[in-house]
Amino acid sequence: MTMALTVDAWPRRLAAQLCADARHFQIFALATLLTFNFVFLDFGARPLNSALAIATSLATQALCSRLWGLPAIDLRSPLITGLSLSLLLRADAALIHAAAAAIAIASKFILRIDGKHVWNPAGFAIVALLVLAPEHVWISPGQWGAGIWFATLVSFLAFMVLSSAGRADIALFFLAAHGALLIVRAGWLGDPSVIPLHQIQSGSLLIFAFFMISDPKTSPDSRLGRFIFAVAIALLAHRLAFAWQMRPALYVALFVLSPLTLLIDRIFPAARFCWARPAVLKELTR
Amino acid sequence: MTCLRKTSARLKSTVAILAIAAQLAAAIGPAAAFCGFYVAKADAKLFNKSSKVVLSRDGTKTAITMASDYEGEPKEFAVVIPVPTFIQRKQIGVVEPATVEHLDAYTAPRLVEYHDEDPCMLQMMERREASDKLLAAPNSALKARESVAYKGVTIEATYDVGEYDVSILSAKESDGLVHWLTDNDYKIPRGAEAVLASYIKQNMRFFVAKVNLERMELGGNKFLRPLQVRYETAKFMLPLRLGTVNARGPQDLIIYALSRKGRVETANYRTVKLPTGMDVPLYVKDEFGSFYKAMFDKAVEREDMSAVFTEYAWDMAWCDPCASKPLSNKELVELGARWIGSDDDTAFGGAQGVNAYVTRLHVRYDAAHFPEDLTLMETHDRENFQGRYVLRHPWQGSTACAGGAEYRASLPARFEREARSLSNLTGWKIAEIAAHMAMTGQSIWRRGDRP
Repeated sequence: MTMALTVDAWPRRLAAQLCADARHFQIFALATLLTFNFVFLDFGARPLNSALAIATSLATQALCSRLWGLPAIDLRSPLITGLSLSLLLRADAALIHAAAAAIAIASKFILRIDGKHVWNPAGFAIVALLVLAPEHVWISPGQWGAGIWFATLVSFLAFMVLSSAGRADIALFFLAAHGALLIVRAGWLGDPSVIPLHQIQSGSLLIFAFFMISDPKTSPDSRLGRFIFAVAIALLAHRLAFAWQMRPALYVALFVLSPLTLLIDRIFPAARFCWARPAVLKELTR
Repeated sequence: MTCLRKTSARLKSTVAILAIAAQLAAAIGPAAAFCGFYVAKADAKLFNKSSKVVLSRDGTKTAITMASDYEGEPKEFAVVIPVPTFIQRKQIGVVEPATVEHLDAYTAPRLVEYHDEDPCMLQMMERREASDKLLAAPNSALKARESVAYKGVTIEATYDVGEYDVSILSAKESDGLVHWLTDNDYKIPRGAEAVLASYIKQNMRFFVAKVNLERMELGGNKFLRPLQVRYETAKFMLPLRLGTVNARGPQDLIIYALSRKGRVETANYRTVKLPTGMDVPLYVKDEFGSFYKAMFDKAVEREDMSAVFTEYAWDMAWCDPCASKPLSNKELVELGARWIGSDDDTAFGGAQGVNAYVTRLHVRYDAAHFPEDLTLMETHDRENFQGRYVLRHPWQGSTACAGGAEYRASLPARFEREARSLSNLTGWKIAEIAAHMAMTGQSIWRRGDRP
């Protein structure tokens, strides 16, 4: 009887620890996608670039934590940043990924207002490099394909991440707004519905929605705020993509509008997001 | 692009609207001639219903050169191409077919041969070079006429360009455009109207060209030369949709993208590199055409016909092995790469700050799998890639030296790997491959092993 309880208890504790922080799911989801890239379907990520992005993210986090005198070094967020950069950024030299990772993590420590960093670190680094080193970096929005199966896989992984982070709403708001704009455009042009459907199935769009715009640390605290933010990004990205023919439209729109979260949080204040969820932990370990 | 072809005397003309070239015309009329096998390269002529487009892009400066496999009567040919801006006469030209064919040969997937060394010397590699005639650039007369309004359609300009009569049309409604085309003896396929309407709303104009037989005779041209249009636009795309309206089955399009920075890929479809570098049985040398077609079919099937394939991506300044002799500065400029600075007859060799990079993309498309036009983007990826398949000739001389027996014993396993590789690439049955190999002295069975 006692034995059974002991055996029963450790997986429960482990599960509790894993579930307590949404980043664990995010790391799992992104690592799965990266593995998928290397083993099955090439999205364009390269092992050396990925290794450099991840290693530099972790090292920069450790260095900045020390410089800023933080009590502990938490490597989960920089791991997510390194994985995101591996998946999304393309460069003509592997070292660029190291530079991107350093910029991403440093931005998180330096560019803070009201005790909150303004830009998603990976998103910031991608746009910063597109501006600073346009001859060396690019993003490949088409490489994720538009297969339903892939969309389903990403959605499934992402759902796990977001439902545990409590921020699934912003991804859905964004996808709904983005999809609605595409459908309206197709209606105006008289295009068949298969065209907006093809555009909505883009793997690149889903990855942006579930892993970038939905970053709980850089999205508005209130639900209404997140709705406004998501719709604003969808509108700007639509304009950039179709009127300006900009390929990284989603990332540029997020970069440009991220400071809006500060204003939105002042107008619609709500509790600030915190990764660890002691309540869940307590519930599961009880 | 619209391609028109009269099919009978009773029906004045049948119009097939095509996005990129005369594919539909080929489908309606006699099938495009299958142009035989190419021992060392698999050029665009292997694929029936295929079109070739050279797309040069420098910032927003774009030149699009369209060559089709149209082999019908010249008087029956016409094209309609959506273009993003008004086009002046100086922005239109014709290009010698040989120049496009040269770029096709230069970038074609290739078969290379190695000869095993005496198991105790260096192998040889055979390179095949195809010589292409380099012909002078065409010259055509300018004759812009007054713009006239026609049922909501404005003929913004008409030009004489080589053997073509070109009109630039703009329209407010697709009805007007369809009426104009119908009234001008064009029969519009059902479904084309909606696509035209979409382009009209996107502020696109229509570049319409027909063949002028008199000037064709005067110019002494036996074949229709590729048309080139140059314009500045942020829209880096290729219109496919018109070509899929009423098309019978999938079509092949080969895009040769000339760019300054690096590889070109599609932003709204996956761009996938074709399998490359495999050792294949020696008999493939005589069947390279069917090998390449089968391999391409298989690759298309594997990607559920939803991807664009990269066949070649390389700096234009060099090649290894070269499938044909390098293009000259003149040819590159003729194809729209005007940024290279020089237009002399010497081979393009690149220079400080002057780059030209070529990407050869091959797409098999239909309306179901490619509902949207191709959106393109230039990357900074300058990694070289070529579709390259390898023949390894075993050593034929004496193997009396120490390693000889071991070398001979290793051959069946090697041949088997080649057979499996060929089977994986093409879907051909391994038993058939083995039988074919046995006839060319490449038995995959050791003595006594044969079933």
